[in-house]
Amino acid sequence: MNYISLKNNQTIALSAIPELDYVSFLELNVSSVKNSGYHCVNYFGFPFAGKIKLICCIANDELQTINVSSSVADAKHELPSFTKNNLVFEKFEREIHENFGIAYKDHPWLKPVRFPFNRYNKEAGIADYPFFNIESEELHEVGVGPIHAGIIEPGHFRFICNGEQVLHLEIQLGYQHRGIEQLFLEKKKLLQRTTLAENISGDSVAGHTTAFVNLWESLCSYHPGSDLQLSRTLALELERVAVHTGDLSGMCTDVAYQLGSAVYGRLRTPVINFFQKWCGNRLAKGLIRAGKTNFPFTSELGLELTMLFNEFETDFNSMSEELFELSSALARFEKTGVITNDQASAVGTVGMSARMSGISRDIRFSHPHDFYTELNHRPIIKNHGDVYSRAQIRKEEIRQSIAYIRRLIKNGPAETGKAEQLSSPQPNSFTIALVEGWRGEICHCAVTDEKGELIHYKIKDPSFHNWLALALAVRNNEISDFPICNKSFDLSYCGHDL
Amino acid sequence: MLDNLKILFHQGKQYIPDVTAIKVPGIFRGRPVISSEKVNETELMELCPTNAISINPVCIDLGKCTFCGECAFAFPNKIKFTTDYKIAANDPQKLIIREGQDEIIELSPELIREEIYECFSGSLKLRQVSAGGDNSCELELNACGNVNFDMGRFGIEFVASPRHADGIVITGPITENMAGPLQICYDAIPEPKIIILAGTDAISGGIFDGSKALNRSFLTKYKIDLYVPGNPLHPLTFINGVLDLIKKRK
Repeated sequence: MNYISLKNNQTIALSAIPELDYVSFLELNVSSVKNSGYHCVNYFGFPFAGKIKLICCIANDELQTINVSSSVADAKHELPSFTKNNLVFEKFEREIHENFGIAYKDHPWLKPVRFPFNRYNKEAGIADYPFFNIESEELHEVGVGPIHAGIIEPGHFRFICNGEQVLHLEIQLGYQHRGIEQLFLEKKKLLQRTTLAENISGDSVAGHTTAFVNLWESLCSYHPGSDLQLSRTLALELERVAVHTGDLSGMCTDVAYQLGSAVYGRLRTPVINFFQKWCGNRLAKGLIRAGKTNFPFTSELGLELTMLFNEFETDFNSMSEELFELSSALARFEKTGVITNDQASAVGTVGMSARMSGISRDIRFSHPHDFYTELNHRPIIKNHGDVYSRAQIRKEEIRQSIAYIRRLIKNGPAETGKAEQLSSPQPNSFTIALVEGWRGEICHCAVTDEKGELIHYKIKDPSFHNWLALALAVRNNEISDFPICNKSFDLSYCGHDL
Repeated sequence: MLDNLKILFHQGKQYIPDVTAIKVPGIFRGRPVISSEKVNETELMELCPTNAISINPVCIDLGKCTFCGECAFAFPNKIKFTTDYKIAANDPQKLIIREGQDEIIELSPELIREEIYECFSGSLKLRQVSAGGDNSCELELNACGNVNFDMGRFGIEFVASPRHADGIVITGPITENMAGPLQICYDAIPEPKIIILAGTDAISGGIFDGSKALNRSFLTKYKIDLYVPGNPLHPLTFINGVLDLIKKRK
């Protein structure tokens, strides 16, 4: 075998990953993503014995496995690119190029990804990003950002327009780069690393922290009790309900529908306040810990949450019935910001951004962890790929998540787990953890040295794949529809920039 | 139209009548209280992920604290987090909670510049800049203006352009890549103007303290008018802090 098949949250010896020569490595991975049901969940490099070790992780959605292979590259030698054969690798290779200087001779656009502090080429800074431009007297460019009009994270959007129509959008990110992957290596206490995971993206606290603790527990050969698994699953689904509801509010704001904006906005409040009742923080910071929980999910909390959703659903349903029949809102949602199934497959979108274009891609279904093995999740799929599809998915996923939460509560509070101590991470190991956050697939990978110390920590937020989809979605749309397109994807800046 | 009115009617009154007095639901971790009980202080200090705890005597710096509460779980008789959300200050020294201290944190009137009351007590427009913020403080600042917290009733609002703003609210530990745009934005705000640091990351760098990807030199150049701790800050902490800042007379 030229790759090794892992399950989600499995730890293996680093040496167990087959090391191929670069050409075979390229052929293996490029050919495997050609098959439907396979997609690349992570591809990264790290310094290893004076060279760059490349690790590529391809998920097999049918067998619930992840096929991992590796190769060793020398930064001095030019390499043929994966991207030339398949666009889904484009950003992974740009990242490897930016971090280690590996030159890809046939990559279509080897542009900077995020201008990290430890990049290979420090001569150019974030102000020197090489945008595409068009020389034409009829066309004009519009630059927006990095600071935007609302309370929102920074990023620069450069449009090339023909009148009001967008021909091309290029998105430049990196402003939020905090050096978080490096901090995972430098800050050695477990609590520091957990706190870092909570701060990767503050709207996906449950998602990223679950990925971290699942990875860490696997690395320490620890098996979480059902109480820990239950609280993580509940937190993930609650986070999905809260953020999706807030996003529906934002989408109403962007089409100037004040009532929807206010009602969905206030419906989010009791859900995040429930997090505060459970763990003392409205965004679930402090809730999820490796090997323990400070905040067991009690039957009283279960009762309270059930009552909360009884009230929530009445208001949510009446508001949704109104919005999804309101012609003035639908006129703005329908056929706006379309991503076709072909485009979505080509750029390798994940999460909602894949499911709105007819791609069944959902870690809860394909690589279930925690209580998802019992929930028997079925992804909600839409086919039009427009703003309307993204609104519909949110509405239906909120209902689905509430149903899951009710089922989890009904089964009663899980047994309190054994007070088993976390041991040290295994030496010379590799671990991968996948979690379906509300935005999509989150992937964390870790590599340890002979002492069990982390030598590499790789985080991939779903936004890493999906920003390109947003750029394609606004083509041929009016530039005035950009806000609603952007909100309907609701991608993360800090999750991308790390 | 009628359906819209029906929904509106069913929603009832959603706003919090008095944002200065309401109790927060649940087990919110606000201002901590440290007892004088003897504990292994070194162990307590080393537990903290962000070095917010110092010893002899035991102190917690709310500008560094992530409010994770782990210290209160490990030393329940030593440290308790109260639900007091009024923890904003304009003097960084006041963010340091000392052993045995159980007092409300208030703004120091002598540090409030005169023009703040004169110009902003009835209306304050703010420009928010996220400089490496993780979108949690940003979400909570957005929530300040929603129908529940309704900060707009006090004339406090976030605006799109720095030209329309009376001050800047910074979130995040200030990355190298945002240092330039932050400066440009600040420079574009007309005088007089205020600076508010929102959230632990902005005040001290938080868990990102020590990262080489940060550039916090902006903060050494100007006087900071308000520090609002939290990870993320609670909307009530922000609203009460800002109200105190603009309503207090010297």
